[in-house]
Amino acid sequence: MKAQDRRSFLKTAAAVGTAAVGMGTATAAAGPKNILSPDRMGVLVDTTVCVGCRNCEHACKTAHDLPTEPLSSYGDRSVFEQMRRPDDTALCVVNEYENPKNADLPYDVKVQCMHCDHPACLSACIVGAFSKEENGAVVWDTDKCIGCRYCMAACPFQIPAFEYHKALDPQIRKCDFCIERTTKGELPACVNICPVEALTYGPRDEVIRIAKQRIRTYGDRYVDHIYGEHEVGGTSWMYMAGRDFKDLGFPKLGQNTAPGVSEAIQHGIFAYFMPPVALYALLGAIMWMTKTRKEEGL
Amino acid sequence: MHAHMKPAPMKGKFFTPGVIILTLIALNGLVFLAGRFFFGIGSVTNLNNQYPWGLWIAVDVAAGVALAAGGFTTAALGHVMHREEYHVILRPALLTAMLGYTFVATAVFIDIGRWYFIWHPLIMWNGSSALFEVGICVMIYMSVLYIEFLPMVTERFIGHVTLPGVLSRLNAPLDRLLRFLDRTLERSMFIFIIAGVVLSTLHQSSLGTLMVIAGSKMHPLWQTPVLPLLFLLSAISVGFPMVIFESMIASRAFKQKIEIDVLSRLGGLVAPILGIYLAFKLGDMFIRETFVYLQEFSVESVMWTLEVVLGIVIPLRMFLSRAVLKSPLLLFIASSLVILGVALNRINNFVVAYTPPYAFGSYFPSIGEISVTVGFIALLVLIYRVYVMIFPVISVPEGPATPQTKYAIRGKQ
Ligand code: SF4
Ligand code: SF4
Ligand code: SF4
Repeated sequence: MKAQDRRSFLKTAAAVGTAAVGMGTATAAAGPKNILSPDRMGVLVDTTVCVGCRNCEHACKTAHDLPTEPLSSYGDRSVFEQMRRPDDTALCVVNEYENPKNADLPYDVKVQCMHCDHPACLSACIVGAFSKEENGAVVWDTDKCIGCRYCMAACPFQIPAFEYHKALDPQIRKCDFCIERTTKGELPACVNICPVEALTYGPRDEVIRIAKQRIRTYGDRYVDHIYGEHEVGGTSWMYMAGRDFKDLGFPKLGQNTAPGVSEAIQHGIFAYFMPPVALYALLGAIMWMTKTRKEEGL
Repeated sequence: MHAHMKPAPMKGKFFTPGVIILTLIALNGLVFLAGRFFFGIGSVTNLNNQYPWGLWIAVDVAAGVALAAGGFTTAALGHVMHREEYHVILRPALLTAMLGYTFVATAVFIDIGRWYFIWHPLIMWNGSSALFEVGICVMIYMSVLYIEFLPMVTERFIGHVTLPGVLSRLNAPLDRLLRFLDRTLERSMFIFIIAGVVLSTLHQSSLGTLMVIAGSKMHPLWQTPVLPLLFLLSAISVGFPMVIFESMIASRAFKQKIEIDVLSRLGGLVAPILGIYLAFKLGDMFIRETFVYLQEFSVESVMWTLEVVLGIVIPLRMFLSRAVLKSPLLLFIASSLVILGVALNRINNFVVAYTPPYAFGSYFPSIGEISVTVGFIALLVLIYRVYVMIFPVISVPEGPATPQTKYAIRGKQ
């Protein structure tokens, strides 16, 4: 390498480095909407109140234009023989578990997206198709999604479902907290229909207060645990139960947010693009030095 | 001992019995692939809402990226550290990386549900997503690889542009374009080479970050915050074995002498890297005390043991032995074991370790998934063959009659 070349080498290398740093600052700002509003809403699901009528399943399907059997068929309790999961044909489902204290009053658990305060799906999505809205809803944007299904691998509650049998325009389906209804001031369809008020919709703080109140007042009815208050950093949907949550099909999760570790690693590697730029500079230096040494050796 | 080596297009018939078999395997894969595009992913694969990722992500994408690591590891050795003695392997390694990444990109295209939106990550960014970073780095790196390959195109065609018929008028301008490219690239190639190495270290490690977010859904034998480091180390350790492996196969296929001098020297570099990888893997295991899971007999414990013993410990011992390094057969076996080990590791991380909280069965790839994967590997080998027969990739001993000028200009126009 001649002196002339060497100078241009350094100049170009510096230019590349600067460009990379510029890109780094841009990336830091880029990302999906992720609001953690103090006024976000929540739903309290009291599994000791729920009677398993599954009217919410019907209301949810109707509100989301999903095909459904007539409401009269939902009284059939044989569906409870197997545990079911929400999927692309049903955004919420109710499962039934035994009540060890009273066999005639089984516990029924409605399952849907938890609308996490720190959603793993949102952090993971390659194109940022999820957003956490002002009112706490975690919603998915069909105009962005590429169908990679990373959100499904990431979600700790195994919620997002994919339409595997569509060749064109397959969607990720999950509960959207009835965002269309709530922005119009209506209740979520499932909350609205529930005949026994097993679902309480309100500001998240308020809902937690109600739950604590109930535990204080009816101590022997509930276990002293509000599932979702602290799990994976908190969720908008929260549950009360009469027996241990792990016996009601809830995953045992810690209080750390689901994307925490992964984001720490990502941001560590990309802290203002410094590590990659430093590596670039180091490699450039090695390349230049070994070249020079070779020439001087000749 | 050094006959002067110079890259040249390989000669010989394209169709051999082996090639015909590979073509059939590739065609079979394409049939299933058509099913995927006409009837959806669910019609060809065993994927479902419990197991969103399967064979295509584990093997075609994750193992594919790892096994293409020969590109950046040899570039670091040959170009960045200027170890001239390894020059004969640089071009084959580059070609493998270039085709390997093309294979990975195609696999992603096939696996994502909305393939027509594959360009979205270019304009829709999510800085916190490990997958976004992998995607962007892979896209840029693939372009870099194609740029790094250009000199082989210019070298092959400068003075040889002979388009037939009406197109022949384009000959002169095309030739000028090639010469221009050649001059520009010669001066700026170092930028791309360094960028290639940086991009590789980034996405090789971020590929490991991918499953960190799955948290407790991943078996503790594999789930660890140091996954990115383990992925990077394993990718580096498989780079040279992969080069040895393919170089030996190519030599056989084109009846060339095996470059055992260069290959065994390259093999000598493998043991230290493999040792570091093993140390980190076991160190992590002891810190997190996950060895308790090895006491139970399960798919996970068996697969972990296979991955580590067959893929790291045995080849490490082999690469430490002089006798192995000197013997083409043993060197080939040792290299194959490392490759197998890394491939197993990626399968373990993305499929075996993945335990959904609500599973209604376990996942095993369908005939369709396997056919597509195997078919694409066959296609990759065939395309490699086409490339080395057109472009000067593989080095042959320079004969006395070979002209010494950079470009042998053909007599006719
Ligand atoms: S439950 Fe899953 S899908 Fe719903 S917000 Fe949380 S991470 Fe996302
Ligand atoms: S499948 Fe869609 S929503 Fe889910 S991570 Fe991929 S791009 Fe995002
Ligand atoms: S909030 Fe709406 S989408 Fe979600 S379960 Fe209830 S009805 Fe279904």
